[in-house]
Amino acid sequence: MNFWAVSTEIFILVIMTVALAVDLVLPKKETRRGIGYLVISGLLAALVYTFGLYHTGPSMTFFDGLFLEDNYALFFKQLFILGMLFSVLFSLDYVEKNIKSPGEFYTLLMAALLGMCVMASANDLLTMFVGLELMTVSFYVLVGQRMDVPDSGEASVKYLVVGAGSTAVMLYGISLVYGATGSLDFAVICRSIQMVFSIGLAGIVLVMIGFFFKLSVIPFHMWAPDVYQGAPTPVTALLAMGSKAAGIAVFMRALYAAFPLLGGYWIPLLAVFAAICMVGGNIMAIRQTDVKRMLAYSSIAQAGYMMCGIASADAAGMKAVLFYAMLYVFANVGAFAVLTCVEVYRGGTTHTHLTGLAQSAPLLAAVMTVSLLSMAGIPPTAGFSGKMYIFTAAVERGYLWLAFIGFLMSMISVYYYLLVAKAMYRDLTPEEETANTAFRIPFGVRATVLLSVIATVGTGIYPELLAMLTNLASQTFMR
Amino acid sequence: MGFPLLSTVLLAPLLMALVICFLPREAREQIRVLAAAAMGLATCLTLYAYAAYDTAVGGMQFTEQIPWVTDLGVSYSLGIDGISLPMLLLTDVIGLASVFSSWNIEKRAKEFFILLLILIAGVTGTFVACDLFIFLLCYEVVVIPIYIMVLIWGSTKRVPKEYSGMKLTIFLLMGSAFMLVGIVSLYLGAYPAGQRTFDIQALIMASQMGNMSAEFQIFVFLLLLTGFGSLLSMFPFHSWSPDGYAGAPTAVSMIHAGVLKKIGGYGLIRLGLMVLPLGAKFWAPLIAGLAMINVMYAAYCAMVQKDLKYIIGYSSVSHMGYVLLGFAALNVVSISGAIANMVAHGIMASLFFSQIGYVYEKTHMRSIPDLKGLAHYFPRVTIGFMLAGMASVGLPGLIEFVPEVTIFMGTIGVYPFFAVIAIAGIIFTALYILRMLAKVLFGPKDEHFAKYEDQKGVEVLPLLLLGLFLVGFGIFPELLMRVIDSGVQPLAPMLAALSDVPMLLGGGF
Repeated sequence: MNFWAVSTEIFILVIMTVALAVDLVLPKKETRRGIGYLVISGLLAALVYTFGLYHTGPSMTFFDGLFLEDNYALFFKQLFILGMLFSVLFSLDYVEKNIKSPGEFYTLLMAALLGMCVMASANDLLTMFVGLELMTVSFYVLVGQRMDVPDSGEASVKYLVVGAGSTAVMLYGISLVYGATGSLDFAVICRSIQMVFSIGLAGIVLVMIGFFFKLSVIPFHMWAPDVYQGAPTPVTALLAMGSKAAGIAVFMRALYAAFPLLGGYWIPLLAVFAAICMVGGNIMAIRQTDVKRMLAYSSIAQAGYMMCGIASADAAGMKAVLFYAMLYVFANVGAFAVLTCVEVYRGGTTHTHLTGLAQSAPLLAAVMTVSLLSMAGIPPTAGFSGKMYIFTAAVERGYLWLAFIGFLMSMISVYYYLLVAKAMYRDLTPEEETANTAFRIPFGVRATVLLSVIATVGTGIYPELLAMLTNLASQTFMR
Repeated sequence: MGFPLLSTVLLAPLLMALVICFLPREAREQIRVLAAAAMGLATCLTLYAYAAYDTAVGGMQFTEQIPWVTDLGVSYSLGIDGISLPMLLLTDVIGLASVFSSWNIEKRAKEFFILLLILIAGVTGTFVACDLFIFLLCYEVVVIPIYIMVLIWGSTKRVPKEYSGMKLTIFLLMGSAFMLVGIVSLYLGAYPAGQRTFDIQALIMASQMGNMSAEFQIFVFLLLLTGFGSLLSMFPFHSWSPDGYAGAPTAVSMIHAGVLKKIGGYGLIRLGLMVLPLGAKFWAPLIAGLAMINVMYAAYCAMVQKDLKYIIGYSSVSHMGYVLLGFAALNVVSISGAIANMVAHGIMASLFFSQIGYVYEKTHMRSIPDLKGLAHYFPRVTIGFMLAGMASVGLPGLIEFVPEVTIFMGTIGVYPFFAVIAIAGIIFTALYILRMLAKVLFGPKDEHFAKYEDQKGVEVLPLLLLGLFLVGFGIFPELLMRVIDSGVQPLAPMLAALSDVPMLLGGGF
């Protein structure tokens, strides 16, 4: 038992326990802001610590290889920690104002983070399932944390029902794979000849459908818009970047490590679903006026882009997905930090609430625009380099049509992203002018948006640093 | 490595934009002076480069190279040759003029100059980049600032500015989606994995070594043609141009019509012709046909317009037809003419837009029936209008004459039919330009305009600056043609070999 392999998870568990304990000890009336600071400093330490775990030799394992701490897992863990860190940082005011029991909120966030980290390291179907459930169950509760708005409760129940259904489907698929091969270990499944028979194939299909639900791939996406809209804004941010990236992490590992020999079956399937996501997500996003809901549809499209990378099934594709997942975190952090701030001061996240932001808070308007453009893939933001990586990998694999759809749809997506920019920058009527009061940007939000925009533009202009990290992560995996 | 001249030209506006970010909103005077200083520096350095460029040696000069993204094969590599140098000069001169044309902007001046400088830096980057990735980076940077500028400082006349801004943005982005697919295919098709590079020179080498089959070149060229063609407002992708220019603020119209559009022509020559010669040969007859439609159709449209900006918008579409025609003829003479025509039209169109912008700023009118007899009260504006108008008609001694003649001489042997029709287009150009000038500038005095002042001080600078080049390059065309020739002459063997290649589409005409 090499406990160093799970040191990151232990770290997070400690943060979670301390947060819970402090919440219990503090008097009931007192503010829970301190717990937020505690969590932030803990996560910062964890982030720095994980950099020390990158290695070039063989990777550490735990539980007889069921849990694998390779560079690939480390990269994703850093991504989750980074996303969580910023989400807590920009939502300090939001939590204080809108969440009834902040102590529990922070504890649950840490539980979700723990689940994501376990998923990233999962090397068999059971560990994967445990991590997945830890994350999703925490999210069921987190989505319903806003007691004052009915939407939040509705979103929570909807997420629970759909999530439970998809879990059942996935579990059934896992049981079929186990029936075919007699093992849950990715390495054993990979070597098993039994998978080519119909029972194994049916298992893969069901596991994939389970993942499609989690990644909100069309036609399994119905829950996403309502849940994104109803959930507290920081939780929406985490759903979009953390939950989705965790799903991608384990999905890609399962496909590459457990089912590589069946690529002939799942690669075309993935390509088709990626195309459907890119087209459907972008088209449906056009008509949305609530930015959170728009981002829900856009996240469907983003899942499509990342699936293009997975479908190329080689080191270049994997590297592209890692790169894209990270820059998607930067972009989401920026966009949701702005939305959270706007919601705290103006009570909503529709285009109307954003009107005139360019005059009342030029920094926020600029960051929002840059973040959205990064999602659309317009240079010099990181999104452009990410799309180049993804689509070169796809074209190399022979999916020229996929790249074509991808580029075309990302240009269409600029339309609805620019509608947000239009709301923020357009001329105001006299009544709007008077209502458009300047507001104080809290330090946490200011720090978050500045860092996110620097990361987005910096990575866009000079992608080399992130590219080196992703190369490191994907190379150890492929070996 | 000596002084990084091109990097300075590229980064001066960007750094200045960053400096302006930290200035208070109220410091309007400082902001505009700093913007002008940055552009002045860039222009001086470009003029120096133009003078110091060794035409006897030719090729890429003032090169800089730094490895950038190693796993994609991207390097930050800059350089200019006889094709890009005139375009760079055009960019900086028009950029400087557009800063002076925006001197009186009062509404949110800080944001305006930041966006304007980013826009200019983006355009500069596309012309100095020797690496396709850097080219793309700069190419699309320009689209978003333009949208925001149209949205805030644009004007609503025939169509709302929100509409024209979005139309312009979406057209250009959709075009670039096609182009991106083309470039990704090119990148992957040129070299096997491991040796891949975005370096344009290396891609040209790959093409000469025969790494790309004729079918591949034909396919990729079509994608690039769609992308660059929509930027160049090639028929049927031209309709963003008049609407977009009409909605845009003066500086954006100047830069867009003056240089941004030319990226399309520059890209077609640099990538389309040099890297994919067989593709260019295959599609050339189609381009020539579309070019003729551009010239004639847009000229017809311009004749019935009432809004001055629409007239110049359609006229620029019409002039781009000549550029396309010169490109399609695929010989040294016609291509030199096409490049020279891009420079000529850039200077002329931006002069037009700056003068219209001034009149609109003062009178809030730009419809022909509203304006009359401006010459009585606006003598300097009238000079600007007359210079641009006469150049547009192709008056000898002004900048447009030599390029047009060169294009016709190069084209008439290849596409006699199209060339004759296109030459006839000049008559239509004269018709709408002279009609416009006569109605707007001359005629009886109208007391309405007595209260407005003529250009003075800084406001005259765009006219002086652009007028200098308009007349200078007109009287001494050798200054321009010598540099362009040094860029186009090296293509001569390739073009000669190309004319012997039989092609299905090319053979049909």
